[in-house]
Amino acid sequence: MRSVPAVIAGVLIWIGLATAAGDAQAPLHDNQYSDADIAHGAALYAARCVTCHGTQGDAIGGVNLRSGTFRNAVIDRDLERFIRAGSAAGMPAFALDTGDMAGIVAYLRNMNAFDAAAVKTGDAARGRALFTGKGACAGCHRVGAAGAITGPNLTDIGAVRSAGSLQRSLVDPVSQMMPINRPVRLVRQDGTVVSGRRLNEDTYSLQVIDEGGSLRSFLKSDLREYTVSTTSPMPSYRNTLSGDELADVLAYLLSLKGQL
Amino acid sequence: MSGNLRLVASAVAALMCASPLRAQAQVTSQRLAAAASEPQNWLTYSGGYKSERYSSLDQITPANVKNLKLQWVYQSPVAGNWQTTPLVVDGVMYLTQRLNDVVALDATTGRAFWMYRYTPAQDRIVCCGANNRGLAILGNTLFMGTLDAQLIAIDARTGRPIWKTEVATTRDGYSITHAPLVVKDKVIVGVGGGEYGIRGFIAAYDAATGKEAWRFYTIPAPGEPGSETWEACPKAATAFCDPEAWKHGGGSIWMTGSYDPQLNLTYWGVGNVGPDYNGAQRPGDNLYTDSVVALDADTGKLKWHYQFTPHDVYDYDAVQVPVLIDNWNRNGINVIAWANRNGNFYVIDRATGRFFLGEPFVKVNWMSGFDERGRPMQTPQPAGQPTYPGNQGGTNWYSPSFSPRTGLFYISAWEDYASIYSPAPSEYKVGSNFVGGGPQNFSAVPGAPGLGRSPINTWTEAAGHGAVIALDAGSGREKWKFKMTDVTDSGILTTASDLLFTGGREGFFQALDARTGALLWKTNLGAAINSGPITYRIGSRQYVSIVSGLSLFVFALDE
Repeated sequence: MRSVPAVIAGVLIWIGLATAAGDAQAPLHDNQYSDADIAHGAALYAARCVTCHGTQGDAIGGVNLRSGTFRNAVIDRDLERFIRAGSAAGMPAFALDTGDMAGIVAYLRNMNAFDAAAVKTGDAARGRALFTGKGACAGCHRVGAAGAITGPNLTDIGAVRSAGSLQRSLVDPVSQMMPINRPVRLVRQDGTVVSGRRLNEDTYSLQVIDEGGSLRSFLKSDLREYTVSTTSPMPSYRNTLSGDELADVLAYLLSLKGQL
Repeated sequence: MSGNLRLVASAVAALMCASPLRAQAQVTSQRLAAAASEPQNWLTYSGGYKSERYSSLDQITPANVKNLKLQWVYQSPVAGNWQTTPLVVDGVMYLTQRLNDVVALDATTGRAFWMYRYTPAQDRIVCCGANNRGLAILGNTLFMGTLDAQLIAIDARTGRPIWKTEVATTRDGYSITHAPLVVKDKVIVGVGGGEYGIRGFIAAYDAATGKEAWRFYTIPAPGEPGSETWEACPKAATAFCDPEAWKHGGGSIWMTGSYDPQLNLTYWGVGNVGPDYNGAQRPGDNLYTDSVVALDADTGKLKWHYQFTPHDVYDYDAVQVPVLIDNWNRNGINVIAWANRNGNFYVIDRATGRFFLGEPFVKVNWMSGFDERGRPMQTPQPAGQPTYPGNQGGTNWYSPSFSPRTGLFYISAWEDYASIYSPAPSEYKVGSNFVGGGPQNFSAVPGAPGLGRSPINTWTEAAGHGAVIALDAGSGREKWKFKMTDVTDSGILTTASDLLFTGGREGFFQALDARTGALLWKTNLGAAINSGPITYRIGSRQYVSIVSGLSLFVFALDE
């Protein structure tokens, strides 16, 4: 089931890229939250939580979300469990995907310090135009039936990546490249060279999509060389898109939930 | 029926009444103690009291293993992580399948003789899946522990229950997932529930009646030896600090122990302390969690203990199967060899508990070495930094193997694998999760997935990988290593022809040269292997069996 109304994508908010550029390190533990995740969570809160909990998080007696501490949740995983399960006291269960859950938890942990006035709003429709136009993202990435297939498919990227991760991807792609997506270069025993993107690997074999878009499988024993690149072929958009444009692209990516 | 057939049938009936067939022979305690002398059978969870998972069968060799052929498959109708090891007794294979079924199969064809289904209570509380790892046998009776903490005796000929004893109250978080161990006339079993604030114990039951004979608590009560390692914790000092933390101190038992008939000692690995990760709630060493305990098999009295991970905050259960090695380093000393979840390989005197050796077999940074008495010098990592090995350990419950022929100890290991720990206060509530925070898989690549379970390996080398590591049992030094791309939860089997059989999460079942680690044969069984292989013989033919996914596969050489 789709968990976020389409309207949310239109009210996404964006914090200045200057801080984002210096924030390439992903959170290592529960107590570090990226600004983009907090902002994404704020938008979700405004759409799905505010009716009961209120803008200040204190509309339900005995519950003050701005305190940052929770009766039924100590660590973030508790918080996620609680949100997914709902409560006997009447809170419904929310089936949030990975990206949305990361956002809402980040926001709840930072509600007190979050300044909504300091953020910019991205627009998913404008972001979509940038994706296929100026950004030329579709030259490598596919959404639904449109776009190239050499880069990772982004049809559900808004469900599987957090806002913070996507934000960093746009300005520092290498830092966010999943190891499985790394480009590989293979030299077979007969000397032929195959380049492509890794799809799967086990002890004895390797599955790739080659540069021509073919699914190919190789036995490692048939390879003379197998190189996994740690650099991404994706360019950084730090200097080619403006802050507003990056916010728009992020809003579009976050709207991609795997539903066509 | 034709006249001739009727005649033959009468003759067979007369024969069965006159002299019981071999298939009906009793499994006496003497046979259990001498299990190695009848390699055609697999009489205990680990193949014998020494728990070597080594068989003297040698029909399948490094030269002919490539000719192994699938003989039969038994498919379980119940989905989930199937961790069972079968028993094989005189041509009949007995195995458990989820939830708490027992099936008796013809070990030659895979056809079933009978099935017993026990439905555990709906309000059972079990961590980590509806696992059952196997059975024990004595006489004509099978014994199974259940998810709702019952011990059931089942007639091996009919599949009908004989008696049932409540070992503990499941609603309080107790369960049984491991195969019991029969010693003489008793059935020994322990309780799971280390994530639910139980007080763990090992108990022995009369095999004939189910009456409890003795009980050893893995968490001592105040005044008992070891209770001083549960230090006072003033309520005001730490959230949920409980002056009676020992009552919920964990110490679960979820793997089968071993037995030394000469010393009459039974050895068991004790699980993690509760709450798992928040040490502030339970200051002290927290005995006998993460320890091996040596108990008198007749009385349950503690003879000695050795604690692998004092005051554990990493969930390093000592749930590995204790492997008994005689005449270690040819010095006449009989020892226990132990590859622990905490990443170290240990050798311990099995008469006294004296520490002889501790060597890391994977990267370890939670400790820097041992003092002269074998106590680890702990080096807790700063908040947010990775601890090696990670939460699932350098190894875990996967059965290791020891070959007396090669002198090598074989481990299913997870390498280059770490977790980041975030302890948090945890309030004890009956039957509720009581872990005190949680670990997170560490990946050297920010945002990349941690180790997972899927036919698509998205975590890759960035999160860790599996290996079979062969250690010289005398020194603990690595002799060879067989690396895998994904991790492994498989047990290991070695044979007298110096073959090693094992699996892994990728679904490959493979045979290695036990002396060199060279790959000799492999087959893709299509789903993760979460149990250990066994071998047995019917007539003159050697078989090897392994569970992968929802199926048990049996291989042999073509006749």
